[in-house]
Amino acid sequence: MKTVLKLLSALALLILPVVPLLQLAGIGSAELTKFGLLVGTVLWFSTAPFWMNKKTGDK
Amino acid sequence: MNNINMEDNNVSPVEPGMSKEDDDFSSNEYERQPVPESKTKGLSSFVGLFAGEHVAATELLIGPLFLARGVSAFDLIVGLFIGNLLAVLSWRFITAPIAVKKRLTLYFQLEKIGGRAIIDVYNVANGVLWCCLGGVFIYVSATALFVPLNIPDPLKTDWLPNGPGMVMVILAVGAVIVYIAAKGYDAVARFANISAPWMVLMFIVFGIVTLPSLGVHSISQFWEVANTSIWKGVPAEGASRFTFWHVLCFAWFGNMAWHLGMGDLSIFRYAKKASYAWSSAAGMYLGHYIAWITAGLLYAVQLQADPSNTSVVPGPMAYRVAGVSGIVLVILAGWTTANPVIYRAGLAFQAINPKWSRAKVTAIAGIVAVVAAVFPGLGNNFLSIAMLYGIVLMPMGAVIFADHYFMKKLGMEEFYAAKTGKLVHWPPIIAWLVSLCLCVILKYVVGMEEFFLCLPGWLCSGIVYLIASKALQKSHKLKETVV
Repeated sequence: MKTVLKLLSALALLILPVVPLLQLAGIGSAELTKFGLLVGTVLWFSTAPFWMNKKTGDK
Repeated sequence: MNNINMEDNNVSPVEPGMSKEDDDFSSNEYERQPVPESKTKGLSSFVGLFAGEHVAATELLIGPLFLARGVSAFDLIVGLFIGNLLAVLSWRFITAPIAVKKRLTLYFQLEKIGGRAIIDVYNVANGVLWCCLGGVFIYVSATALFVPLNIPDPLKTDWLPNGPGMVMVILAVGAVIVYIAAKGYDAVARFANISAPWMVLMFIVFGIVTLPSLGVHSISQFWEVANTSIWKGVPAEGASRFTFWHVLCFAWFGNMAWHLGMGDLSIFRYAKKASYAWSSAAGMYLGHYIAWITAGLLYAVQLQADPSNTSVVPGPMAYRVAGVSGIVLVILAGWTTANPVIYRAGLAFQAINPKWSRAKVTAIAGIVAVVAAVFPGLGNNFLSIAMLYGIVLMPMGAVIFADHYFMKKLGMEEFYAAKTGKLVHWPPIIAWLVSLCLCVILKYVVGMEEFFLCLPGWLCSGIVYLIASKALQKSHKLKETVV
């Protein structure tokens, strides 16, 4: 499960630069880029907390 | 998070935004003794730490403010490169060698040099400056809500809020941040660590996503557009123009409190070798090069859409190019940096009297920060505020440098207060005051801009410290009373 979460997190970090690069290359619109960034953001924050810094306890 | 010592009264001056590996560097075990060789950290810990801590909310202000000051493309790109290189060299050859040799915090070294009283003065200065910085971070975070709540952007020349709506939003955001800071902020610290990789990438994304809007569709077009449409070399109305030297000095001295000011002794005392300070390049070139440049591009898109809109307001700028993700970044960048800063301000003030409640003192410091946040002038003048932070704290770094390298060579004793048992040893305080007086004279009598004051102030402090020590050190029998 942890491996899957890590892969999804990696995918999120991949989406973030790739989507605007596609727009720069003339593929896709500004609105599509904003949507892609939102998908990458949601994917990162819904997966990374489950495997990053797990050893740190909250006060 | 952020190198805070939860029990000791001394607060390590780590930059707001620090968000990685903090637990590794915040051990309470070695506040008053050298870090043992066995507890030193590997190079990767330092790379992660610097890369995380130097990509923060303030970058969203600094990049646009450079552009508003009319910097040219060459001056920015080259000036930032060299200035950041000088900052890295300062960490590598000034801070780290002392840190690795002594393996003590700035606070304990200062106490051994000047006595316990000087730490109280240092903490008060730090606390006040952190309240101001905390105010800026709260302001940045609150600007993200200006978009959905239709709050008009404050003008770049504004010092006062532009209406009750803006005040209410900032007070509400500030109240949440202060409440969390007063309760302790480990959960926020953990969230900041999780946000860090995403945040670094988002700043890079800002750079890519703005290019088509600015008319750049290939790398070969960038330089021409950069000169003709982005960094045109024309300052905003009423602002003085930034030159190559302004950019270089800001990049070098923007973090002066931590390198020449020796704040990062607290971090590099854990380094196996002084060469680990090359890791600071990760923070400088990700945060103070790429992020400053890309944040400037956000402002360029705004000016292109409406040349009359010269407001430097991160929320709307980020929303314009990145949509909701941009708003999320501004909120998180401000929130995750404001919390530790306010917490540290509370600890700094509490250090004056450890019997005071930490939560209450933090709440009071937070209220001061929230009041400061209401004034957009702080954010609009952040370049000067950042320099002020360095100017106030850097004289003590020069004292530590002079004490380490020159005292024995000049026939004097290093760590004089510790060896004589003095509560107050005056040379560091004299050096601090004379250095600050020199900076005030250079600024207000000679007319030198604040961006150029740091180096003369630092040199002055070191020289005055040596002269005052020569005059005041007595040759009576010394005794080591602190260690």
